[in-house]
This record gives sequence, C-alpha cells and structure tokens, in this order.
Amino acid sequence: MMLKLALRNLWGAGLRTVLNVAVLSFAFVAIIWLQGLYEGMNQQASQALLREAYGGGQYWHPLYDPYDPLSIIDSQGLLPVKIDSFVHRKQATAILLIQGTLYPQGRVQTVVISGIDPDQRVLDMPVDVLKIDDSDIPALLGTRMAKTCGLSTGDAVILRWRDRNGTFDARQIRIVEIMHTNVQMIDNGRVWIPLHKLQEMTLRPNEATLVVLDRSTTRTASADWTFHNTDELLQDIHELVKVKQIGGMVLYVILLFLAMLAIFDTQVLSIFRRRKEIGTLMALGMTRWQVVRLFTLEGALHGIFAALLAAIYGIPLLVIYARHGMQLTDAVDSMGISLGTQLYPVYSTGMILATVVIVLTTVTVVSYLPSRRIAKLKPTDALRGKRA
Amino acid sequence: MADDNCIQTRDLVKDYSLGQQRVRALNHVTLNFVCGEFCGVVGPSGSGKTTLLNIMGSLDSPTSGRAIVLDRDIASLTHKEAAQLRNHHFGFIFQTFNLLPVYSVFENVEFPLLLLGYPASERKKMVLEALEWVKLTDKEKARPNQLSGGESQRVAVARAIVKKPKIVFADEPTANLDAQNSRHILNIMQSLNRQLQTTFIFSTHDEKVIQFLRRVVTLEDGRVTDDRVIENSGSES
Ligand SMILES: Nc1ncnc2c1ncn2[C@@H]1O[C@H](COP(=O)(O)OP(=O)(O)OP(=O)(O)O)[C@@H](O)[C@H]1O
Ligand SMILES: [Mg+2]
Repeated sequence: MMLKLALRNLWGAGLRTVLNVAVLSFAFVAIIWLQGLYEGMNQQASQALLREAYGGGQYWHPLYDPYDPLSIIDSQGLLPVKIDSFVHRKQATAILLIQGTLYPQGRVQTVVISGIDPDQRVLDMPVDVLKIDDSDIPALLGTRMAKTCGLSTGDAVILRWRDRNGTFDARQIRIVEIMHTNVQMIDNGRVWIPLHKLQEMTLRPNEATLVVLDRSTTRTASADWTFHNTDELLQDIHELVKVKQIGGMVLYVILLFLAMLAIFDTQVLSIFRRRKEIGTLMALGMTRWQVVRLFTLEGALHGIFAALLAAIYGIPLLVIYARHGMQLTDAVDSMGISLGTQLYPVYSTGMILATVVIVLTTVTVVSYLPSRRIAKLKPTDALRGKRA
Repeated sequence: MADDNCIQTRDLVKDYSLGQQRVRALNHVTLNFVCGEFCGVVGPSGSGKTTLLNIMGSLDSPTSGRAIVLDRDIASLTHKEAAQLRNHHFGFIFQTFNLLPVYSVFENVEFPLLLLGYPASERKKMVLEALEWVKLTDKEKARPNQLSGGESQRVAVARAIVKKPKIVFADEPTANLDAQNSRHILNIMQSLNRQLQTTFIFSTHDEKVIQFLRRVVTLEDGRVTDDRVIENSGSES
C-alpha cells in the first residue's frame, strides 16, 4: 500500500522526479565508470608487473631490499640448492644486480646493471636479443632509459663497474634493442646484459641477487633467501591505485552530493507543500511514523528508479567501453602507473553492488532526514497547512 | 445502543499561545453525545468549533479537562493509539475535501480500508457500496481534479463512512458547496446516520445544515451557550 502510494506520488510529481532520477542515474553510471577505470588500471598494471617483473613470486638475497638502492652493493650470492634446482629446471630465472655507471655522451648516469639469462622463459622480456656474440657486451634498454640517456639501437657506450674485489673496470657495451615496456621498474635506470657476462665481469660465477619464479611453479621453503609472493609484491601498485582512487573520489563525492542535494530539496519542498495531505493521512489513521516512512520511501524510490535507468543506458555503455578500452595519452605514464596506450576498465559485480548499496543507502538517509520532521508535526497544524 | 455514551467532555479547556498572548479557544466545555446522534456545533467564527472537533477526533489534546471518546481518554493516548482510534472508529470530512490528489475516486475511498488491512475482494465490495450511497459509482476511475466541489465532498463522505466508523466528524462540510450540493450531502449523511447508526458531529454556521440537525450546540468564545434538541428535524426535502 505504502509502495503504491509512494509510486503514485512520484508519478504525480512528474518532471521533478524525472530530473532527480536522471541526475542520480548519471551519478550511478559515472561512479561505476570511474571505479571501473581504477580497477582496470590496477589489474592492467598488476598483470604487466607479473608478466615482466614478478613472475610467480621472487626469492631475494637476504640483504636485498628494493627500497634501499644501497642494498644492492652487498646483495649478491650463490643460490641455495633448492632455488638453484628451480633455475636448472627452467622454472625460475636468476637475476644479478650490480651498481654501475654509464657514460652516455660524456654524461654520467648511475645505473643498475641487470644480468639475465637470454634463454629464460619466465619473464616476458625480449632478452633473447642478448644472445648475439660480439666483441662488445650486448645490452637491452627500456624506452624511458634510452630517452634519458639519449641512446638508440646500435649505439655504443662506456659502462663502468666494480668487481667482487672492489676493483673498477670499464668496457664498451652496445645497445642491441630498445624494448617497449609499461613496467617502469625494469626500465628506469636499468641496463640489461647477459647474466653469465655480468658474472664474469664481476668475478661472481653462479651468483645472483634475486630469482624470479615461473608463474606456474609453487614455492618451497628456502633457508636464508626470503620468498616474496605476488600479493606482497603487488602491494605497492594496489596502494598506488588506491591513492589515485581516493583522489578520484572527490569527483564522485561532488556528483553524489549534487544528486543528494536535488533529492533533499525535493523532499523538503514536498513535505512543505503537502502539509495538508500529511494532515489528512494522519486523520485517516496513519501514524506519524507511517507517514515518515511513506515520504522516506518516496525519496528512496528515486534511487531505485535511478539504478534501473542507469542499468538501461549504463550497461551497454560500460560494456562497449570495457570491450574497446580507452585511448590513453602519455600523460598517464607520468602518474606513476604505466598502462600502455589502451586502458580496459574492469567492472566487477562486487564493485557495482557496493556502489548501488552505497548510493541507495545515501538516498534513503537523505530522504529520511527531512521526513523525520513530519513526526514532530501536529495533525491539526498539518491540516491547517501550517509550518511545523 | 442509541443511549450509549459516545463522547463526554468535562471542563474541556484549550489554550493556544500566540507569542506572549494566550488565547482560550475552549473554556470549560462540558458536553455529552450519545451514539447515533446527528448533532451540529454552531457559533461565530473563532468560537472554538474546529478546536472542539479536533480534540474529540483525537487530532489534538486538551490543555485541561477531559474528553472521553468511546471509553478512551483522549489526553492519555499516545500518538499511535490516537492514530489507531481514528483508523478504526472515526471518519473525517473537511471543508476543503482533502482528497489524495494522486489517487482515483475508488482508491481514495479504498484508502482507509487499506490501512485497516482488509483483503482486496472485501475492499472492492465495501468501496462500491460506499460509492453507491453517495451516488458516484460512475466516477470511480476519475481523479479528484476532474470532480466538481459537490462530487469531491461526496467522495470525502464515502471515504469517511466506507469503514462504517462509530463517529464521523465533519468540520464545515458544506462551506465550499452551493445550496443544492449542500442539501444533497446532508441527505446522504442523514440516511447513513439512520441506516448505520453512525454518529455525526458537524461544525457549521450554515443555516442549511442547521435545518437538518437533531441537536444544536452553540459555542461562543469557547463556551457552550446553548444546547438544544430539535424535534421533527430533517425534512427530506
Ligand atoms: N493553532 C492555533 N494557534 C493559535 N491559535 C489558534 C490555533 N487554532 C485556533 N486558534 C484560535 O482559537 C480560537 C478558536 O479557533 P477555531 O478554529 O476552533 O474556531 P472556529 O469556531 O472553528 O472558527 P471558524 O468558524 O472560523 O472555523 C480562535 O481564536 C483561533 O484564533
Ligand atoms: Mg473552524
């Protein structure tokens, strides 16, 4: 009965209802759209990281700490037997990191020389180009790194490093390829050369800094090398996206606020204008709280209708969008998350449900707040059309 | 049955405060209404008629004194109990009709039955019966804004009596109607009063209404100045 009356009243309000529902449905779609972008960003960046850097998890040398650049000075060592057997079975690949200096065009650039097996299949990196046998050391750079150093394919450049005894040595390396990657961590400040070459150069045979596990291999315990699973490794990117998401929230808080303002306004106006009707309902035997509920329901129904309307035009829109992705400009790269040129939003059921629940709850609360005043209204005053 | 005490008021006082000033709308009103009465409260504007009806109808509470309606003390009722009392036993008719604008005639009349939780089939029967009484069966689908004043008030009468309440309070029911419609409405109410033993209490200063009344209570400045029973009233003209 309440529902029927509420629906009739909404219908009776005509254009006002339509406008409110339209604004609110727009808020729905915009919020879900934005959330989808962030979720897409998160997943896309995570996938790239797993493919190109984290694999199925990493074993770290006990002294290795990626957050402390100085830690790589001491974090080289022989692999524990268990981990070494993974590497032998090609289920993992070892990476040796050494601090070095590059001298491109007379400038000085501190780099992390990264040795990787050119035959490895664990990470999706074009390292097979390092197989070339040449007098120079073949090197692979990412596009960002190449740009910072002003280097391009075929260029030769001097690289200097210290071997295990602390003795400086320098040689010419040749850039054999510039790889395009969205993962900054394997790009910025990195010079990729064959692992065995680097081990030779530094007098560190069979040593490594970290070992990347194949994505299908499950870990086993190891003595002193610590295992870091993918959840742990991806923590940073998740956090980064979350931070951006909170930044993006400002937009939809404003959107939601505007939609709520419209509904609040409608409620206040409708309670003010329909005072006599409220009195009549009370005279007919409705309790005050029943009337409060009726008005709250009317307001809350805006939310339901908005959700339905949003579904009608929003679902096709979001589906198309998720399928075709969004063209990104280079600007996105500088936000700290690299995603490539195309971003595919991801809309999860949980996220959509959460959005619907949050919006509906807010609408209900916003509808309830002004309606609550009805409970303080005396039936006689309401019948006279007087203000509370 | 007709001798049962329906409404008793004892020294009923109602004060309104207007800023610093206090206005005494009812001044020690003591009245007794038995069930089945067809009674009018008359008096000049501002004499307290509406105030008295509202208190007896449990829409308002007295400042002091008592109003016992159907064995319930109005002053002691909670809001919910008062709503329940109105829901089950009272019908209201207003000067301005007060129909629910978004509902059809049928739905307006049906509304009190919905509140009482009658099943659909029974509701339909009762609504059609009530519309029959007020001769509006042909308008059941119309909206309030498509009705004349007289028709609107007949819908309001149907809405007030559809649940066969014990008491109907009618505050100036004919004030917005012409002579012919007023008479029509009063004829309807009179026959309902006879058929259903429904107690009708009016407030009015309309001479046309007064002709129909079997008892007239006169209020002046919140005081009862006259209370008389009229014999041979209600010429069915
Ligand atoms: N809510 C209120 N606040 C203040 N004063 C009120 C209120 N309601 C009624 N009054 C005052 O109480 C007195 C009685 O009012 P009431 O409405 O009962 O008169 P009435 O006999 O119904 O008049 P009318 O014939 O004009 O409808 C009047 O002086 C009126 O100004
Ligand atoms: Mg009055």
